[in-house]
Amino acid sequence: MSEADALLVDATTRIFQDLCDPQTVNAATDAAWKAPLWQALEESGLTLAWVAEERGGAGASLADGFAIAGLSGRFAVPLPLGETLLAGWLLGVAGLDSPAGAMTVAPSRPRDRLTLTSKGTLQGRALGIPFAGSVETIVALASQDGANHVVHIAAKDCVIQGAPGLSGDGRDAVTFDGVVPLAIASLPDGLGGNCLTLMGAAVRAAQIGGALQEILTMASEYAQERVAFEKPIAKFQAVQHNLARLAGETAAAVAAASSAADTIHTIQGLGDAAFFEVAAAKIRAGEAAGEGAAIAHQVYGAIGFTEEHILHRFTQRLWAWRDDFGNESEWAVQLGEFVADGGADELWPLLASR
Amino acid sequence: MSQAIQFDPIRLPPEAEELRIEVRAFLAEELANGGFDPRATILTSAFDKEFSKRVGAKGWIGMTWPKKYGGQERSFLERYVVTEEFRVANAPTAAHFTADRQSGPVLLKYAPEHIKQEVLPAITRGECTFCIGMSEPNSGSDLFAASTRATPTEGGYLINGTKLWTSNAHQSDFMIGLFRTSPPTKENRRHGLTQFLVRLKQPGITINPVRNMAHKHEFNEVVFEDLFIPEDHILGEVDGAWKQATSELAYERSGPERFLETYYVLTELVRVLGDKPDPRAAEGIGRLVAQVHTLRRMSVSVNGMLQAGKEPVLEGSIVKDVGTIWEQTLPDKARSLSAFVDAEPSNRATFDEVLQYATTIAPKLTIQGGTTEVLRGIIARGLGLR
Repeated sequence: MSEADALLVDATTRIFQDLCDPQTVNAATDAAWKAPLWQALEESGLTLAWVAEERGGAGASLADGFAIAGLSGRFAVPLPLGETLLAGWLLGVAGLDSPAGAMTVAPSRPRDRLTLTSKGTLQGRALGIPFAGSVETIVALASQDGANHVVHIAAKDCVIQGAPGLSGDGRDAVTFDGVVPLAIASLPDGLGGNCLTLMGAAVRAAQIGGALQEILTMASEYAQERVAFEKPIAKFQAVQHNLARLAGETAAAVAAASSAADTIHTIQGLGDAAFFEVAAAKIRAGEAAGEGAAIAHQVYGAIGFTEEHILHRFTQRLWAWRDDFGNESEWAVQLGEFVADGGADELWPLLASR
Repeated sequence: MSQAIQFDPIRLPPEAEELRIEVRAFLAEELANGGFDPRATILTSAFDKEFSKRVGAKGWIGMTWPKKYGGQERSFLERYVVTEEFRVANAPTAAHFTADRQSGPVLLKYAPEHIKQEVLPAITRGECTFCIGMSEPNSGSDLFAASTRATPTEGGYLINGTKLWTSNAHQSDFMIGLFRTSPPTKENRRHGLTQFLVRLKQPGITINPVRNMAHKHEFNEVVFEDLFIPEDHILGEVDGAWKQATSELAYERSGPERFLETYYVLTELVRVLGDKPDPRAAEGIGRLVAQVHTLRRMSVSVNGMLQAGKEPVLEGSIVKDVGTIWEQTLPDKARSLSAFVDAEPSNRATFDEVLQYATTIAPKLTIQGGTTEVLRGIIARGLGLR
């Protein structure tokens, strides 16, 4: 993410600090904070960062978008910012314009498939779609006779069965049967049916890295303030070592996610290099999400298990994000098959090529 | 903690990748003409002075050092490529690696000019082996408890005491030793230790073998009895050795050798599981590969940040902590993943042989060069906890 524009990072950080402070959001009794936050994000061009300027977007680089995603993790942003980024990107690569407003993408699970019938209607159901119940637009990948198409759908045309998911942000079941898309365009050559899963997984890995960075900072500070047995718990070696492990997990997630984002940014096209890096990043960040959340909770003790405390805003999203766009097991099977197919003596050249 | 943990996605520069091609060609040629035996490197010994001389002739020892001392003035990222390719090829580098990584840089920084002129070029030619004299019978992780004494005498010091767990001392020409020149002070328990260059092949030094549980002779006990060391062999400040470990430590902790020591197990695991692994095996391989890729990206990143003049001390310690735990758990994961592989194919025997060896040496990986506990203390300090 070193390629990301520093001004954009600063501007994004300021918006989140001002309008999406986890403490304020957690204490809010209504959703009044949502509209000003979304408005600020839209006005700054962050929601359509990955949409070209001629299509009404900000025309930011891929690296910039991943930096925004990382920051959204750092502030546990409970709005479909990452999803809207992805939707805008997907529409853009297919040459379609992005509408205003919040969007999400489908499918988000590697085994869900949507098809486009000869009548031009959609068929299929996708589970665990983030924020489906609270967006205007769903951008989906659907196949027809082996070809992949990007479809722009009005969310109100779908049957949406709401489910809060681990984060409470919504991981909804969406039935697309009979829906007529508002626009259809084919995926360009060079992008396969896995392109959305790849980009989605890279965004989630960046968000996981950001959230882990934040809970590492929070838990380290808390351990220095919280007194037990007559001294700050940070003075206990057992607590120090737990936090050192959290630092290790955070480091691994951040390094893997940055590397995957850099690969997508540098090598356009989402080929084998991107597959390898994204798979590794989603696996390693997913593992770190589980380990890291557990350690942070252990450091915080009972207070971190309350609704009142903000820790759950991060940990529940970490758990949700590790499942979106392929969990560790799903990616590991794919990566393992890829490595096995290349053979034992090709593994090192592959690792060294990255 | 002032700054979030950062790992810039640094890639190796083109000159490093060109060098990789050269290194692979050299290793292929060595293998073809019997220059070294990878299996013997793993199972028997990684010490081969003749091999080190051939590496020296290529200019790959001390390659980041100034040309006037025999170096090549190449970057740390180029050295990185050489280190990782040699490690993965199971090439026998033990005769020169300690000097290349640690002892040479200490001499460069602290030795008087005439010693630099004498010793550094010999290291780069692969003719000169170093060992590290830190641990003692009553001072392991706690280096500042070292009690081997250096007593001033005319023109130098007399050394008395014992170093222990000194790897390769019996095959080394020099040691960089940490000796007590003054007692610690009330204010600073780290005060009073001094680093010296010790010439090992002389009277006053007795080296006794300590065989390890893999039945190898690597460790030694080194006993000093009135050994005279001339004053000009002091490295750095008298009583101030504790100040001398700053950014070198990040290099020492973050290199590829900190997660690739049992890498051969992964190669052989992929081989025995075959090109069509079942989902359980595929998942296992995928998770292991995701880990080693991440570790390598972390390690390259730290080395790139160092090359750029930054001091990623916290990040460097993290690489060693996470990396050594990974290389330690790898044999057990491979054991579990290979459980249903038939004994029939001939490659299972090779896998079993290296797995057995890696299982035996695994315990040392989180002890050598700073234990997990010490590293986590350092990381905790970096986080502002102590």
